[in-house]
Amino acid sequence: MALLKVTSPHATGPMSTQRLMQLVLLATIPGVLALTNYFGWGTLVNIIWACLVAVAAESLALMLRKRPISFYLNDCSALVTAVLIGIALPPYSPWWLIFVGVSFAILIAKHLYGGMGYNPFNPAMVGYVVLLISFPVEMTMWAAPKGAFVGSLPSIADALGALFMGRDSIAAFSIDGITMATPLDVLKQNNSLMVSDIWAQNAQFGHWAGIGWEWVNIAFLGGGLFLLWQRVFTWHAPISMLIALSVMSALFYDGGSSASGGSPLFHLLSGATMFGAFFIVTDPVTSAVSNKGRIIYGASIGILLYLIRVWGNYPDAIAFSVLLMNFSAPLLDYYTRPRTYGHQPAKKPKGGS
Amino acid sequence: MRKVWDIHGGVHPEENKQQSNQQAISAAGIPEVLVLPLSQHIGAPAEAIVNVGDKVLKGQCIATAKGFVSVPVHASSSGEVIAIEDRVIAHPSGMSAPCIVIKTDQQDQWIEHNGIEDYSSLEKKALLNLIREAGIAGMGGAGFPAAVKLGVRDDQPIDTLIINGTECEPYITADDMLMRERAEQIIEGTKILRHLINPSEATLIGVEDNKPEGIAALQKAAEGTGIEIVSFPTKYPSGGEKQLIQILTDKEVPAGGLPAQVGIVCQNIGSVVAIYRAIKFGEPLISRITTVTGYACEQQKNLEVLLGTPVNYLLQQCGFNPKNCSRLIMGGPMMGFTLENTDVPVVKTTNCILAPTAKEIAPPTPAQACIRCGLCAEACPASLLPQQLYWFARGKEYEKLEEHNLKDCIECGACSFVCPSNIPLVQYYRASKADIRQRDLDAKNAEHAKIRFEARQARIERLEAEKIAKREARKAAAQAKAASASDDKTAKVDAVQAAIERAKAKRAGNTDDKPTRESLEQALASVEKRLASAKEKLAQAQQQNSDKVAAFETGVEKTEAKYQQAKQTLEQFIAANTTKENHQSNTETSADNSNDAAQQAIARAQQKRANKVELSPREKAEQAISSLQKRIEKTQQKLDIAKAENSDKLAIFEDSVKGLQDKLLAAEQELAKLPAAEQTPETVASENPAAKTKTAKQPVAGDDVVQDVIAQAVAKRAAFSSMSDQERLQNAVDSITKRIEKAQDRLAKAQAEGSDNTEILAESIDKLTIKLSDAKAALTEKAQH
Amino acid sequence: MFELVQQYPFITALIALTILGLPFGALLGFAAVKFKTEGDPIADQVEALLPQTQCGQCSYPGCRPYAEAIANGEAINKCPPGGEGTIQALADLLDVEALPLDAEHGEEAIKTVAYIREDECIGCTKCIQACPVDAILGAAKQMHTVIKSECTGCDLCVEPCPVDCIDMLPINTNLQTWSWNLPQPSEQIIVTDLKPRTDKDDDKSSDSDDEVAA
Repeated sequence: MALLKVTSPHATGPMSTQRLMQLVLLATIPGVLALTNYFGWGTLVNIIWACLVAVAAESLALMLRKRPISFYLNDCSALVTAVLIGIALPPYSPWWLIFVGVSFAILIAKHLYGGMGYNPFNPAMVGYVVLLISFPVEMTMWAAPKGAFVGSLPSIADALGALFMGRDSIAAFSIDGITMATPLDVLKQNNSLMVSDIWAQNAQFGHWAGIGWEWVNIAFLGGGLFLLWQRVFTWHAPISMLIALSVMSALFYDGGSSASGGSPLFHLLSGATMFGAFFIVTDPVTSAVSNKGRIIYGASIGILLYLIRVWGNYPDAIAFSVLLMNFSAPLLDYYTRPRTYGHQPAKKPKGGS
Repeated sequence: MRKVWDIHGGVHPEENKQQSNQQAISAAGIPEVLVLPLSQHIGAPAEAIVNVGDKVLKGQCIATAKGFVSVPVHASSSGEVIAIEDRVIAHPSGMSAPCIVIKTDQQDQWIEHNGIEDYSSLEKKALLNLIREAGIAGMGGAGFPAAVKLGVRDDQPIDTLIINGTECEPYITADDMLMRERAEQIIEGTKILRHLINPSEATLIGVEDNKPEGIAALQKAAEGTGIEIVSFPTKYPSGGEKQLIQILTDKEVPAGGLPAQVGIVCQNIGSVVAIYRAIKFGEPLISRITTVTGYACEQQKNLEVLLGTPVNYLLQQCGFNPKNCSRLIMGGPMMGFTLENTDVPVVKTTNCILAPTAKEIAPPTPAQACIRCGLCAEACPASLLPQQLYWFARGKEYEKLEEHNLKDCIECGACSFVCPSNIPLVQYYRASKADIRQRDLDAKNAEHAKIRFEARQARIERLEAEKIAKREARKAAAQAKAASASDDKTAKVDAVQAAIERAKAKRAGNTDDKPTRESLEQALASVEKRLASAKEKLAQAQQQNSDKVAAFETGVEKTEAKYQQAKQTLEQFIAANTTKENHQSNTETSADNSNDAAQQAIARAQQKRANKVELSPREKAEQAISSLQKRIEKTQQKLDIAKAENSDKLAIFEDSVKGLQDKLLAAEQELAKLPAAEQTPETVASENPAAKTKTAKQPVAGDDVVQDVIAQAVAKRAAFSSMSDQERLQNAVDSITKRIEKAQDRLAKAQAEGSDNTEILAESIDKLTIKLSDAKAALTEKAQH
Repeated sequence: MFELVQQYPFITALIALTILGLPFGALLGFAAVKFKTEGDPIADQVEALLPQTQCGQCSYPGCRPYAEAIANGEAINKCPPGGEGTIQALADLLDVEALPLDAEHGEEAIKTVAYIREDECIGCTKCIQACPVDAILGAAKQMHTVIKSECTGCDLCVEPCPVDCIDMLPINTNLQTWSWNLPQPSEQIIVTDLKPRTDKDDDKSSDSDDEVAA
């Protein structure tokens, strides 16, 4: 009988990296459904195509690095990156856009740095930013949400056609021209109207924020809360980010004047706020590690997000703020080490012990 | 209900305690062979006091504590010691350590033992000693000697005594069963400890709330005693001493400190029972409750096991099926270590033998990359950042590890347990801790080596400097002498002259010049110094592999002989002075005082003669001959070597061999002449120095080198005394001139060869020249008179 | 003047740069004098990292001279007793590339300690003179012995011994010095060894002596 010599502990917990990633994928479902509901099949097509590219890119990278392919593919981390990029990109994006974004994320932002766990920057966001800078036109062509324009959403065939042949070749797009500025964009460009006037003049505004956007954000919030409940991550980073964003927008709301940056609710439910808070900011690899550090990390992202949205060059800024804070994560780790047991005078026993 | 606090982190592994807590504790029985390791505790191993073949009784002390942090070992059953040797012991390394092996006789015969009826009448020290003698070490896992832990210093007031009944590790139910079945013993033991420690505030027994039966039993037994049973939510690792203290008192033991520093003493529940039995019945710690569990065994139960029982004996009783077993663990699934060998004995700290199936504990899976999810930081009871420690451990960044308080890691395994990537974090920490320990040790050793190296360097430099300084001083003195001699010819500082003067004075019966003890000691010291320097030179020569080694060696030999001589003289002088009767020896030694080398040699020769007066001259001559023969042999050997090496010293060796052979011949002749002169030595002893010198030709057959020298000196002296002063001076001048010639020859040779001796030779020529000029001056002065 | 400046705008830049340069230069010069470091702290720091075996394998007569040589630009990979660890530490300190150990000066071996086979010792004192740290005890014609705790394992005493009675014995691990190996990082798993790694594998490669076949 050959007995093993293994170090303790021998018992292992139920959580595995694969399971963590699968839970994240699962939690994106409500958001993806909401996106599909309001913007058509585009997002779903994006995601599927991105996943195919991601698996291929990951396999290629592992092969080049002489690593066991199935072992690493099983951790699902490439799929998560792909899904996140697929969600972040505008629906009905051309195939090459997604291809470039996803392969850049997997090959350059992830494997060039040493693969899973070694990347200093969130790969999905790196891919997104590369596309945003390189192809600004394609990246800002957000489809109009259902209900904001007259006509129906493109069919699944149209979506596939747009992916491989470009939008211009598909009748549904060229005829209706359903591309429309996002509410964040509108608010940003505004410098003369009161907030209430904007609301009245633009079709894409809904109850609290943009039509569709508010429900997409609420759906992602739901997914995020599910992950919190599953203890996939702690509340510190996402909640502090949302609070920081609310505080910033409340401070600069300005009563809805023409100089207003928008109400807190508008910001919370616009663009990629919830998606970013629960699916991007919580990426463990690139964020700070201690709880205190995560609060600072999240809050800083919230502040940066608002600053760039309102005064920066881009209408939405999850990617930029997250990448900026990725830089500072090691610094945060350095300054936010928790107090180790027995390392400061112990607290005074309270009451009658 | 007492307030309890929470600890940071912690995990909730599957408890699996119901497996083994369904059956009552049963006795495991007596195995055929008991293997008792000498080190079952933290601290110095015990020292065996029995021998192979000894019969031992149950409870008999077979190894005594060695040092303060140590405990004795007792035989757990009666039988015969069959071996004291290295056996595989319960250690994660699977290595061997010294054990006493007892073949049991199945009689289980107790040694006579008595308990104490009223422990409260005993002094604290006496109680502690009883606990120590009973061999009790912490039975919770670490095995720290109980008496050491309980022996708190008087200046550390203890407010709380905590009895640890937590048993937070999954699977293990040994303490649980103990509480259910022996609650009274626990309470009694706790009373003893309370008496011993005298806590000012409370005595608590902490139990996790997953043992309701145990808590109930304890509560019933503790009624009216003032001992509080505190239950708190189940969470691993609340059974860690530091964690339990935090849960029950909200105090933190300072890093690197002991619980006593915050007024707390903690003991395991098993140790408490052992202490109770030791005090009450006088039984040492020879058995313990061990849980044998895991589905690879048919039965899972708690056994009362004799210490030293091999694990396979227990496994057999429980129907162990090795095929189903994924790994064999001693201890719990969180902190236990795997066994590779089932011969390992149960020791004082063995609370569990776990034989899980692969379904219960899966074989190790390959670790994935750390995704810095932070679950480990959430789980860490010491509030460390395990993922950071992991990175630093991988990068071997030891400073960073220390900065992140790796030392405070209690290796509970909570981080590895929750790690989604299956990284063996604890192994990283253990390896790093050991590396840091080793690195610190290496640094200390390096520092130590450096100090020693520098000290050696300094010493060598100092000796070198001293040598140079001495040489300089000699040179300066010689120059000064030369200068003064040429300046003032009337100043007779020349050694030869002075010696002659003194000798004359002595002959005139000047008794003022008697030797003193101081002068003798001085002489001794100077010879000693010369000896040392000669040895040093020899060493140096050897080191430089110089061809002078042989010369230096004989030099050392000679000086050593001189040294012996001087020592002897001194001793003799002391002896003579104390008796104050032997004037003869006084006068004899008086000769020794002269600075003249010849005179000294004569004195020594006389002493030797006086000492060896009982030896017949024949014997001495024979001795001399044999010694000469020996020397010839030696020299011939050297000559051979020199020939082999084609050394340039060949001629010298040949000369010396010839010289020795001549001497031998002379000595043999002397021996032949001897019978005629049998009487002389006795007459010599009582005569004055001048007379002696004449007769002293006889003892030419000296028995060693010194004797040779003496003989030569005597001859010279004799020649001297028969000459007029002028003649003598003339003689001296001649001899010095000759020596100078010789030395110059040598110098020329040395220079031609580029030898490193040129300097020395030149110096000696200088000296000789000075001497010559002195001698000449003296001669001219004499001639004028 | 003003016109000149207007005509040749680069003069403005020239003047501005000069005005900036002067005070900063003065500041730097002042700092260089004020904060001048005494002695040669680099050599001291380097020496602190060297293992102090004084073995001379680096071709310098001791650790201090080598430390000084390193401070003056000598290669850092000439210390076999220190091995990779020392090279790494030196590379970190001096901010240079960590070179592999220079095989010309010996290879990194396990730690050893000198042991004199005492009945063969003739008492020649040669090893005593060779020992850089005075770790050998003895006198002429008397048996010598090594003080184990003082021995740095430099093996300088082995060569001078005329009867070859000095062995360099490896320091064995015992229960006190045993420790778990650092696990092989998972990311280094390559296709060929996908099977679960256990400590046993590590053991077999490094030290097979404490393996007990069960």
